[in-house]
Amino acid sequence: MDEEYDVIVLGTGLTECILSGLLSVEGKKVLHMDRNDYYGGDSASLNLTQLYRKFRPDQALPTDLGRDRDYAVDLIPKFIIASGELTRILVHTDVTRYLEFKQIAGSFVYRDGRISKVPSTEMEAVKSPLMGLFEKRRAKKFFEFLQNWKDDDPATHQGINLDKDSMATVYEKFGLEPGTQDFIGHAMALYLDDDYKTKPARPTYERIVLYTSSMARYGKSPYIYPLYGLGELPQSFARLSAIYGGTYMLDKSIDEIVTDDSGKFVGVRSGSETVKAKQVIGDPSYFGAGKSAESGKVRVVEEGKVIRAICFLKHPIPGTDDADSAQIIIPQNQVNRRNDIYIAMVSSTHNVCAKDVYVAIVSTIVETDRPEQEIAPGLQLLGPIYDKFVSVSSLYTPTSSGEADQIFITRSYDATSHFETVVDEVHNVWKRVVGKELVLKKREVEVEA
Amino acid sequence: MSKQLQFKLVLLGESAVGKSSLVLRFVKDQFDDYRESTIGAAFLTQTVTLEDQTTVKFEIWDTAGQERYKSLAPMYYRNANCAVVVYDITQSASLEKARSWIRELQRQADPSIIIALCGNKADLSARRQVSEEEAKKYAEEEGLMWGETSAKSGEGVQEIFTAIAKKLPQNAPQSARAGGRGGPSGRAGVDLNKQAGAMTGQNEPCNC
Repeated sequence: MDEEYDVIVLGTGLTECILSGLLSVEGKKVLHMDRNDYYGGDSASLNLTQLYRKFRPDQALPTDLGRDRDYAVDLIPKFIIASGELTRILVHTDVTRYLEFKQIAGSFVYRDGRISKVPSTEMEAVKSPLMGLFEKRRAKKFFEFLQNWKDDDPATHQGINLDKDSMATVYEKFGLEPGTQDFIGHAMALYLDDDYKTKPARPTYERIVLYTSSMARYGKSPYIYPLYGLGELPQSFARLSAIYGGTYMLDKSIDEIVTDDSGKFVGVRSGSETVKAKQVIGDPSYFGAGKSAESGKVRVVEEGKVIRAICFLKHPIPGTDDADSAQIIIPQNQVNRRNDIYIAMVSSTHNVCAKDVYVAIVSTIVETDRPEQEIAPGLQLLGPIYDKFVSVSSLYTPTSSGEADQIFITRSYDATSHFETVVDEVHNVWKRVVGKELVLKKREVEVEA
Repeated sequence: MSKQLQFKLVLLGESAVGKSSLVLRFVKDQFDDYRESTIGAAFLTQTVTLEDQTTVKFEIWDTAGQERYKSLAPMYYRNANCAVVVYDITQSASLEKARSWIRELQRQADPSIIIALCGNKADLSARRQVSEEEAKKYAEEEGLMWGETSAKSGEGVQEIFTAIAKKLPQNAPQSARAGGRGGPSGRAGVDLNKQAGAMTGQNEPCNC
C-alpha cells in the first residue's frame, strides 16, 4: 500500500462507483475502499444473511423464505427512469454489457382511499377514473399545451412564461382541480412536496416531459430495473474502474482521514498503514456522519431523516392487477402530510427474491418523532406483511465544497423515487474534483488485447 | 445442421499465475513476457468450432485485478457457465489459492458450472513445485477438468478450451445473460443500447 494515488474513494455506493469508474476511464489512478465485505454501501442489495446481520444480528434466518442466495434486497428503494440521465451514463460507459434490465410493471397513485394507474398519455387520461368528465377536458388541454410547447414559438405559449410564471399559475390557467394537481405534481413530476407550485413552471414542465417520454419508451411504466437488484449498478461501475486500472479493497477498516497542518488532505489510514493520494471522495459515513463532533472537524450535517420499511409479502399488492413490480405514490395531501409516501415493489421476476415472495419498500421523509406511524397509510395498502425491517436514516450533506482541503464528500441517498438526483450529485462532485464539467464521451470500443 | 452457442467463462486464480496471458494466447495467439496487470481489456470473446460443426462462443471475463484484495463482485460469478481456475506449477502456494477459488465457486456460482483447473507455466517444468499427480488427484476428487498449459509456448492452451467447449453444450443450459447482447435469445428484458442508439441496425455485430 505504499503507492501514491490520484484519488482515494471511500465507500462503494452508486455515486462513488460511478465517479471512480469515470475517473479511471479519464486516466486517474484510483484506490477504492469499503469497510464492508460487499459492494454498494448504503445502495447495496443484500442477501438474507447480510440483511439479518444488518438488522437483526441475534436472530437466525427464517426457513420458509427460500434460498439465501436468491435474495438481493435493496436498501434504498429507487427505480431507473427510462429516459433519464442514469440511462445515458449506463449506455455511454457501456457498462450495460454487465447488466440486464426489466421494466417495472406499473405506476400507481393513491386517491380517495384507493389506487389507480397513473395516466401518462391523453388516451389513458381520458379513460382514467381519477377525473370527472369536465376535468378530463381541462386536463387534455393542459397536456396538449405541454406537448406542443416550443421555446422559440410564442404561439405555443398561450401567454405563459415558463421561466417566470409559477406552476400554480399554469394550473389556474387550465382550471385544474386540486386532485388533478396532486397526481400531475406528485405522480408525474415526482415532487415530494408542494413547494414546486410557487416556483417557476419550467422544471415541472421538464419533469413531466421526462415522465411521459420515459413512459413512451417501453410502455408499462416509466421505470426500468436491473436484474439481481440495484446493487448490480455500483458493481458494474466498479468493474469499469477496475478494467481501467482502479484498485479495489473491500472489508478494509478506514481509521483516519489524515490531513496536514493546514487541514489539507494527505491520505487515509487503515490500521497502521497510511495510503497517500491527492484527493479523497467518500460517502458521509467515512467523514463523521452520525458520530459526535468532539473529535475534530465537523464535515457533514444532517438535513433530515428518511424512514424506510422493507416488507416481505407473499402476495402481490392488492389493486395492482397482480403486477410483479410497481411504484405507488401516496401524495401528501391525500393523507394530510407535507411529504409523499412511496411504495416500490419488486419480486422474483427481477431475481431479487425467492418465487412467490414480493419485496415492497415503503418510505417517506420523517416529519414527526413517531416515523413508523407516518408510513402506516403505505403499509395498509400492502395487505398482510410477512416480515418487515424498518430503519430511519439521516440524510447528510457536506459542510464545504471540498476544494480547499481536497476532501469531497457525497450526499446521502434522498427520498426521491429514481436516480436523477444521484446523477446530479455525480456531475456536481466531478466538477469540484476535476475542476471542469463532466462531458460524457462515447467510449471507444475496447481494444481486444 | 450447425448451431451456435454462447457461454460465459470466468477466469480465477492468484495474481501473476498468467490468467490474462492464457486468454491472450487463446484469443490472439500472442504472448508478451512483460505483460502489465490487466488494464483496459477485460472482456474478450473467442469461438471454438467442434467436430459436429457446433460453434461455441466464449464470452471471457477477466478479473481486472479485483481478485487481489478479496474484492471480486458477485456479478462476476453470476450466470457463469464455466470457470478456468489457474495456478502456476512453479508455485505450490498458487494451487492452495486455486483450491480456495474452487470452494468459492462451489459456494457462489451456479451448481451446473463447469470448472477446469489449469496448471500454467508448463514451460518452466524445471522449477516445478506442483506435480501432475497431485493436481490431477485433487481435480478428480472434486470432479473438475484438469490440464497443464504454457501461455508462453501455447502448449495445451487450445486443448483445454476445446475440452471445455465439448463438455458445455451437454452440461450447461445456456444462461440468460451469456446469451445476452447480440445473442439470438428472445428474452423479456429491455435493451438500453438498442433504443438509445436509434441508428444502430438490428444486424450490426456485437462489439464485444
